[in-house]
Amino acid sequence: MTVQLMYLVASVCFVLALKGLSSPKYARYGNFIGAFGMLVAVVTAYVHGVVHNGLWILIAVALGVVVGIPAARSVKMTAIPQMVALFNGVGGAAAALVALAEFFAVPDSTVLFRLATVLTVLIGSVSFSGSVVTFLKLQELMTTRPVLLPAGQQLAIAAAASSIALCALTIAVPNGFLLWLLAVVGLALGVLFVLPVGGADVPIAISLLNAFTGLAVAASGYVLANTLLIVAGTLVGASGTILTRLMAQAMGRSLANILFGAFKAKTVVAQGEEQRTVKSGTVEDVAILLGYANNVVVVPGYGLAVAQAQHAVRELVAQLERRGVSVAYGIHPVAGRMPGHMNVLLAEADVPYEQLKELDDVNPGITSVDVAVVVGANDVVNPGARDEPSSPIYGMPIFDVDRAKSVVFMKRSMRPGFAGVDNELLYNPKTTLLFGDAKDSLTKLLAAVKQL
Amino acid sequence: MIDLLTIFVLAVFVGFEVVSKVSTILHTPLMSGANAIHGVILVGAILITGSAESTLELVLGLVAVFLATVNVVGGFVVTDRMLEMFKR
Repeated sequence: MTVQLMYLVASVCFVLALKGLSSPKYARYGNFIGAFGMLVAVVTAYVHGVVHNGLWILIAVALGVVVGIPAARSVKMTAIPQMVALFNGVGGAAAALVALAEFFAVPDSTVLFRLATVLTVLIGSVSFSGSVVTFLKLQELMTTRPVLLPAGQQLAIAAAASSIALCALTIAVPNGFLLWLLAVVGLALGVLFVLPVGGADVPIAISLLNAFTGLAVAASGYVLANTLLIVAGTLVGASGTILTRLMAQAMGRSLANILFGAFKAKTVVAQGEEQRTVKSGTVEDVAILLGYANNVVVVPGYGLAVAQAQHAVRELVAQLERRGVSVAYGIHPVAGRMPGHMNVLLAEADVPYEQLKELDDVNPGITSVDVAVVVGANDVVNPGARDEPSSPIYGMPIFDVDRAKSVVFMKRSMRPGFAGVDNELLYNPKTTLLFGDAKDSLTKLLAAVKQL
Repeated sequence: MIDLLTIFVLAVFVGFEVVSKVSTILHTPLMSGANAIHGVILVGAILITGSAESTLELVLGLVAVFLATVNVVGGFVVTDRMLEMFKR
């Protein structure tokens, strides 16, 4: 009774933690409440559920703390996505292990128990190995391009089919060996599933795997007949599902296309070999353009974070505001390496979140914007996504910066963006290109604007 | 069993309701916060290990306890670091 009550308290805390995130002001308290709920749940489980091995458990927890906290403390904000992927993976692995252990502890199980067990083991292992591959891709320990194994699709289908067969078999004939085999097939399935996902689509894989781990935990709640695990796992499953759907919408593609399409790799070679002219400007030109504008929108992309230029852009914006220029940031939902990543990166640089605007806030008023500054972004401002049905990124919502009065495009080189698609905006007569490292250019721009 | 199913279905609705109100600015903290919450598998891992009878169960359980702890503490700490930046 008391135990159930404590679990209820923890469940409520988890809901409040998620609810807290509806406003940046109270979000941190929400997170504290969530952590408090976790503490209540864990202490309750330890006090009421541990018959023996108590010391071992404490040692394992201590080890987890020793590994987890420094890792979470030291991670750079640009590397948050891979950290989240890793934590997600270990959670999935833990769920699978719990179900495995419980399977061996219960000799005469019911069909429902076995169903929940196989689901937990399968989803947990897929989530674990998938997350590890995601981590390797994001950490650039392996290529970020889609990896297409010979017969990879057939292999994945075979793995999926055999995992379903193994599930059915284990439910019919409870056998430990079959369950181990299922775990191994699950691991292979996770790898095969994430390998063909390209760098720009990895954020979707993360949020989907997050939903998977949630579901594995919820299923393990059935295995252990534990309501708290069901509630918490389901909450996570729901949040992962919603985020996955939002990301797919933001890319203007279906989930199936993102996961299995592998982007058909037909890099549109920019209208043959013809030499097209672009207008490149000097720092002073751009400084004048910006310094005497009324209305500026900055569209940052992941390149900004790679160049560690978040602080430089914030200083430039502050300087422009001192001159009376009104500035907003246009944040595309897929800017960065996971949903909302760019917001975190700018928050780290002390950009007030009121200045962060979404597509729907920026696009309607874009024609009255004097200068749109694109820094380290490319595909999210490519008019081809709107106008060229043949473009691989056609259908992706973009910032219509080509409709602003002028555009400043900061680029390292003429290299196309992640999707490998040429950007018509570069050749637009309204566009001024400023070549160079983003941080370097922004710092020079700041100095030049101060001179005006 | 039907009790557990009831809880599951209701939790789905609560989850969708709460998460769909989350501000888009906070989607990354949402994901890492949700991540920390599924670390609640630690509760399951502790229960399993605390009643383990065989060495196999004990080993599986202890590995699960370790991994789940990394998930929980890492998840909450990372989320807190991010949200701290949004507080102003």
